[in-house]
Amino acid sequence: MPTNTLNERTFHVNDEGFFTNRDEWSEELGADLAALIDIEMDEEHWGPIRFMREDSAKSGVTPTLRRLQTVGGFDIKELYRLYPGKPAKKMAWIAGLPKPVGCV
Amino acid sequence: MRRLLILGAGTAGTMLANILRRELSADWAITVVDKDNDHQYQPGYLFIPFGTYTPERVVKPRTRYLPKGVDFVQTGIRKVRAADNEVDLEDGRTLPYDWLLIATGTRPRPDLTPGMADGSLWYKKVFDFYTLEGSSKLHDALEAFEGGKILVQLTDMPIKCPVAPLEFVFLVEDYFRTRRIRHKVDITYVTPLDGAFTKPVASRELGNLMTDRSIRLASDFALEHIDNERQMIVSYDGRELPFDLLVTIPLNTGQQYVFDSGLGDENGFIPVDKQTLRSTQYDNIFVLGDASNIPTSKAGAVAHFGVETFVPNFLAAVEGKPMPNKFDGHANCFVESGRGQALLLDFNYDTQPLTGTFPLPGIGPMKLLGRSRINHMGKLAFEQLYWRMLLPGHKLPVPTLMSMAGKHEEN
Repeated sequence: MPTNTLNERTFHVNDEGFFTNRDEWSEELGADLAALIDIEMDEEHWGPIRFMREDSAKSGVTPTLRRLQTVGGFDIKELYRLYPGKPAKKMAWIAGLPKPVGCV
Repeated sequence: MRRLLILGAGTAGTMLANILRRELSADWAITVVDKDNDHQYQPGYLFIPFGTYTPERVVKPRTRYLPKGVDFVQTGIRKVRAADNEVDLEDGRTLPYDWLLIATGTRPRPDLTPGMADGSLWYKKVFDFYTLEGSSKLHDALEAFEGGKILVQLTDMPIKCPVAPLEFVFLVEDYFRTRRIRHKVDITYVTPLDGAFTKPVASRELGNLMTDRSIRLASDFALEHIDNERQMIVSYDGRELPFDLLVTIPLNTGQQYVFDSGLGDENGFIPVDKQTLRSTQYDNIFVLGDASNIPTSKAGAVAHFGVETFVPNFLAAVEGKPMPNKFDGHANCFVESGRGQALLLDFNYDTQPLTGTFPLPGIGPMKLLGRSRINHMGKLAFEQLYWRMLLPGHKLPVPTLMSMAGKHEEN
């Protein structure tokens, strides 16, 4: 399993760069990751990330955008504004969670 | 008398009724509930728009395929009161159970996307093909189509039969080629995924095939609404794609009674242990087929392999013994690719569809992820197998658990 090192913090990732051990994550690391894809984290950005961390700790899977909307109460359009292009993937990556699975 | 209640008489429910009636003794009463008596061969929907199948061909009475010694109750389901081991029906009756098997599947929800079912273009220029009504009306629309932009658009996962949209796009391309107006038709496959399919090897192979057929791919497109006035689909990030004909695959959810019973997740799918299919909330409830939240395709093939793994588990569970089998999420499916050919995919929870041969390693005769005539013939022959072998619960000559023999792993 490859490892990445960012600002002197080392963590395990899969081939696509997603965390394989959620416990190696911290908010500081998340903010550093976000900077790599030109996202500056503020309170608006942290809301969905924190929800994803809490929700996935219970369910074991990365929540989908639809779950962020129906369970977390987030507006999908807003998530696209905060994380342009591929919000589900970007947020999972920043949150140190596995890539969201679209079932086959 | 022990009471087994099966909700749903589709693929999984009918197989369960047949197999369990044979396996369980006469002191078990088995009851099956479904809202109507029309069993629809859903793989047949794909062929209706092109006139290959008629709508009548895919519907047969459910009762014809249920065994003697099983009660069929024809009404809708209002609520499962799992704490009381009872199910309330729409006709006012209540059925008690000792064991409950839920097999009520998933359903397309065009009502959940603004401008879809409630739009002025619905069933005029916007069609689904996952219902008998939609596929029948799409047939007329395709016949009348003389040229322009066609979008084949997938709203979000999970959906029933995730390969069907790809099959449709290949078949519609072939359809216009045969009609000799292919050059007047601009076809785009629109998906919220980042490629043609979720799994990398299949995505690449299918993506290449689209390029070969001059089918455009619009990826990462998450549909927000349909603009009926301007005839455009609009994504959450503001992209717009115009159309003359939109073939949409709506959101899918579980049945309303699942929401009302508090049994489902946010999409109305029931959480289960993915290896035993037992409800994570109630020990005497199992969920077969598309109604559960297992992380694999919502498809008849999964229902089939799931039921085969489940039966010995269930027989053990009712005796209070440990369950012997673990379901691996196995599915295999033919993917129609037009030109009288099809591909075959074989995969499970852990392994993506790979290239190789099936079912005999190195011999086949089926080619995995490769196009062939024999795969297409296999797809067509499956209709008869479905009615005569699968629904009655006879063993098909394919392995229940997935095998890696004959497959080519890539790094």
